[in-house]
Amino acid sequence: MVVLLGVLVVILGFATRRNPLLVVGVAGIATGLLGELSPVEILRAFGDGFASSRSVTIFAITLPVIGLLERNGLQQQARTLIGKLGKLTTGRFLALYLALRQLTAAFGLQSIGGPAQSVRPMIAPMAEAAAERRNGGRPLPERVREKVRSHSSATDTVGLFFGEDCFLAIGSILLITGFVNSTYDTHLEPLSLALWAVPTAVCAFLIHGARLLRLDGTLDRELAASTADSATEAAQESAK
Amino acid sequence: MIKSEWFFWLVGAAFLIMALQMTVDRSNPRRWGSAAFWGLLGICFVYSTWVVDKSLPAEPLGVAVLAMICLGGFEFTGKGVPRTTNERERTELAARWGNKLFIPALTIPLVAVLCSAVLDKWSIGGEPVLEDGSETILGLGIGAIIALGVGMWVLHERRPTVPVHAGRSLLESMGWALLLPQLLAVLGSIFQAAGVGTQVGKITEQVLPDGQRLAAVALYCVGMAVFTIIMGNAFAAFPVMTAAVGWPVLVEQMDGNAAAVMAVGMLAGFCGTLVTPMAANFNLVPAALLELKDQYGPIKAQAPTAAAMLGCNIAIIYLFAF
Repeated sequence: MVVLLGVLVVILGFATRRNPLLVVGVAGIATGLLGELSPVEILRAFGDGFASSRSVTIFAITLPVIGLLERNGLQQQARTLIGKLGKLTTGRFLALYLALRQLTAAFGLQSIGGPAQSVRPMIAPMAEAAAERRNGGRPLPERVREKVRSHSSATDTVGLFFGEDCFLAIGSILLITGFVNSTYDTHLEPLSLALWAVPTAVCAFLIHGARLLRLDGTLDRELAASTADSATEAAQESAK
Repeated sequence: MIKSEWFFWLVGAAFLIMALQMTVDRSNPRRWGSAAFWGLLGICFVYSTWVVDKSLPAEPLGVAVLAMICLGGFEFTGKGVPRTTNERERTELAARWGNKLFIPALTIPLVAVLCSAVLDKWSIGGEPVLEDGSETILGLGIGAIIALGVGMWVLHERRPTVPVHAGRSLLESMGWALLLPQLLAVLGSIFQAAGVGTQVGKITEQVLPDGQRLAAVALYCVGMAVFTIIMGNAFAAFPVMTAAVGWPVLVEQMDGNAAAVMAVGMLAGFCGTLVTPMAANFNLVPAALLELKDQYGPIKAQAPTAAAMLGCNIAIIYLFAF
């Protein structure tokens, strides 16, 4: 039972907004000690864990090329491009991206998107540009821009999560067959698991897609409110 | 054969070069702490090769990981003023290059896909060109390198220092958040070694009401989501909840369709991933990359979808798996 205190350390650490690195470090050491690992074994666990999980960090290798493109105006060009598609609102654009992300992930093309590869350089600027057009071409207020960017990232993640499991050679499917087949001496086929992921994928598209289409209305209201605010401010300013 | 370890060395070397540049960047108020953090990370990336094949001890790597946790955790890292173009220059450059700018950006996914779909099946003299099981990782790496070449060619950029500086600015603006996903994976493996999974299984047995199908399905799915929220990773929650409820109760006792229960159960875990800061690579890293003031912005945008999807997953198992 006492090893569960390690889980408690994590919950408390995040709940009290401590630095996440320290939370992870303290929780790891505490759980190791409570689980009766020796200090040397704990160090070994940290080292082995780091060595075998390096692939999580390798997206950093794409940063130089993304940085090079950004200093040459990639985000600005993305805005120009979307500016030409007159009818595409933020919500419709993101719903379109959701469909693309789910479909490509279902065919095993998970790395086609992602926060570093596509959201920062292309998707978020395009979604912002669509919102700016609705705002009469003026820059977005801080709050609205944060919301558009958050939704750009969210759409990418939701599309990936509820698309990739329809592909049979993905990590989670292999984890399921590996764990179940070896632990319970049975035989699950990756293909049948992938097919069972389809109903959830359809639900995800309908639910998140509907939310994105409603986002346009929310953004319009917030933009109208902030324009009214700045208009009153301007009026007060001139009345002085 | 192209090995994935070579690629890890390249990533390590990139971190080391950027760390060296940081030591001479006087615009960064914490340049020594930043250089130590990224330099240590670069060394660890290379040293790990011999930890994986068990020819060097893992303990020194553990010490280095704790040192990085302290450097980042006690805020010894900082960022310099990037030497880059301003908004007006970027607009002019965008007008000059036009849609050519998208070519290098789209090269990365295109090459990654080619590697995992086509190159994956190639072999020379009976040996596969790409190391088995590493096609996706190598695809991303090869894609990034080719895209860098294409980008420099398209943009007539001859100085290799320009993309390195640009990449370093992005690295500095993300800061230690870049390392968090990997550390959470480390924490998961420590939890496993210390026996956290077995304990949760015991508790689950005590709370589960006998023979109530909907309660059992809900417990499995909600348990997957809750455990994922705590651990930040549905892969870590899956063995715990499946051993506790999924297999013994839903499949054996209630005769559920194993493929349906397991596949949808994993997706219920993903609903947890959408709402937890512990899943840093999906939630906090994008917030840092997009320079959001509210680091929980993506989580807030995802939460309603996650809640609805959890309900859908419970319904799918309850209605179709028995």
